Amino acid sequence: MSDHKNTHPEEQKLLDGDPDTTGHVWDGIKEFNNPLPRWWLWTLYGTIVWAVVYTVLYPAWPLVNGATPGLLGFSTRENVASDILRFEEMNADLRTQITEVELAAITPDRSPDLYNYAIQGGAATFATWCSQCHGSGAAGVQASGYPNLLDDDWLWGGTIDDIHFTISHGIRNEDDLDAHYSEMTAFEGILSDEEIASVVQYVRNISGQEHDAELASAGETVFLDNCAACHLDDGTGDRFLGAPNLTDAIWLYGGSEEAIEYTVRNSRFGIMPPWSADASPAGRLSEAEIRSVAVYVHSLGGGE
Amino acid sequence: MALESHQKIERNATLLLTLSFLVVTVGGIVEIAPLFYLENTIEDVDGMRPYSPLELAGREVFIREGCYNCHSQMIRPMRDEVERYGHYSLAAESQYDHPFQWGSKRTGPDLARVGGRYSDAWHVDHFTDPQSVVPESVMPAYAFLADNILRPTYIVDLMRTHRLVGVPYTDEMLEMAREDFIQQATDFGDPGVVDRYPGAQQRDFDGQPEVTEMDALIAYMQMLGTLVDFSTFTPDESR
Repeated sequence: MSDHKNTHPEEQKLLDGDPDTTGHVWDGIKEFNNPLPRWWLWTLYGTIVWAVVYTVLYPAWPLVNGATPGLLGFSTRENVASDILRFEEMNADLRTQITEVELAAITPDRSPDLYNYAIQGGAATFATWCSQCHGSGAAGVQASGYPNLLDDDWLWGGTIDDIHFTISHGIRNEDDLDAHYSEMTAFEGILSDEEIASVVQYVRNISGQEHDAELASAGETVFLDNCAACHLDDGTGDRFLGAPNLTDAIWLYGGSEEAIEYTVRNSRFGIMPPWSADASPAGRLSEAEIRSVAVYVHSLGGGE
Repeated sequence: MALESHQKIERNATLLLTLSFLVVTVGGIVEIAPLFYLENTIEDVDGMRPYSPLELAGREVFIREGCYNCHSQMIRPMRDEVERYGHYSLAAESQYDHPFQWGSKRTGPDLARVGGRYSDAWHVDHFTDPQSVVPESVMPAYAFLADNILRPTYIVDLMRTHRLVGVPYTDEMLEMAREDFIQQATDFGDPGVVDRYPGAQQRDFDGQPEVTEMDALIAYMQMLGTLVDFSTFTPDESR
């Protein structure tokens, strides 16, 4: 490496017919001053003209107090408002109809268009406002107190009018005086530990689960004295009070011994908000939307 | 000729740097400065107030856990978004956000108006085990938030920092911050917190006596998007 000499490279020779150079030279290499391709250059000019036109037509240049509004009067706020209005107008007839007809008359046979609208619209409203608790497929959350709406086990009634009422006014909320209301007693301190243990076994018995037969038979009296007022003598529940049927395999808060014992000791108090904007200031849905959801929920499989 | 004068710039690094800086400065001023004085950038909206100490602490948890990686807080003015999430977001609604939580990447839903959509109990269930209430969710669990007791040790510093960047916390708010922090997370707390922060919700959010990160985060969730009363708000359509 010691004999390496930093020689200056030979200067590039220009040939006849070569374009002019830009005058830039790097290590003897000169830069040709080739013209830009025409299509490229005109596209560039085109975009510059377009940018000017665009800023004239649409809101753009900042001035003293605000930006220029643009000749087209474009406004995203106006766009979204008119967009919503356009769909409301398209649906206006169906929405009026759905609030006027009897709920039971909205069937695929008697009014297919209305039924279709109610199912589709109801499903969309359900996904937005109901799926939070009842799940996107309406299966609720087992043993967490969020009822499954696909089965035929209804706490407050499963006819379409019952469903409509429940959606409109909700359950045990403080916002709507018409809300379904009932309150289970917390039996902690009212019943002794032995009584609670026996009634738990009795409930396990009538729901057809494994149980301690001796305790269960002792629990029958406890049940009849304390629970039957709401859950009825045979434990099948009372929809007027929202008292669940205890003889089936469907459990809102779980059917294990621990879960039943927790329920007996502390009671449960599930709340559903009112949805009708007409019935309560807390309501968020219009009558047409509520009726659509009622039809949708009724159609899911368990409707009576 | 022009070429030669350009050569001067190209061969003088300091001059090139200075002139480049000047060009970028002009561009920056044109693009950024108007946002500070244009009247139609941020409209005045009734109901907006700085975050209460507990909400602010919840917001810190939100940012710490990287919730913004999946959740935006910006409802765009489009029909589908408005129908799903509610009224499109106004610039004023994030005027006290440092940093703001806008975005368009939504692995989870937008949270700009999540306040009041779910019950506190649902939030506790959901943070503890998201799949227990939303089986199809890919959200990780944040059960540990309920175990992390939160003390208002640094809340005044935090609020002071926010005041430094323009959030109008008053001296009274700073003075009462620790008190308000505790009181907002109790069922029968001192009403002063609601006086100082109108519309603040005051209750035991996570159902356990201590003030935890869960309390703070749920307090923050439950107030998001609830401050502006849209029944009395008329949008200026020129914006």
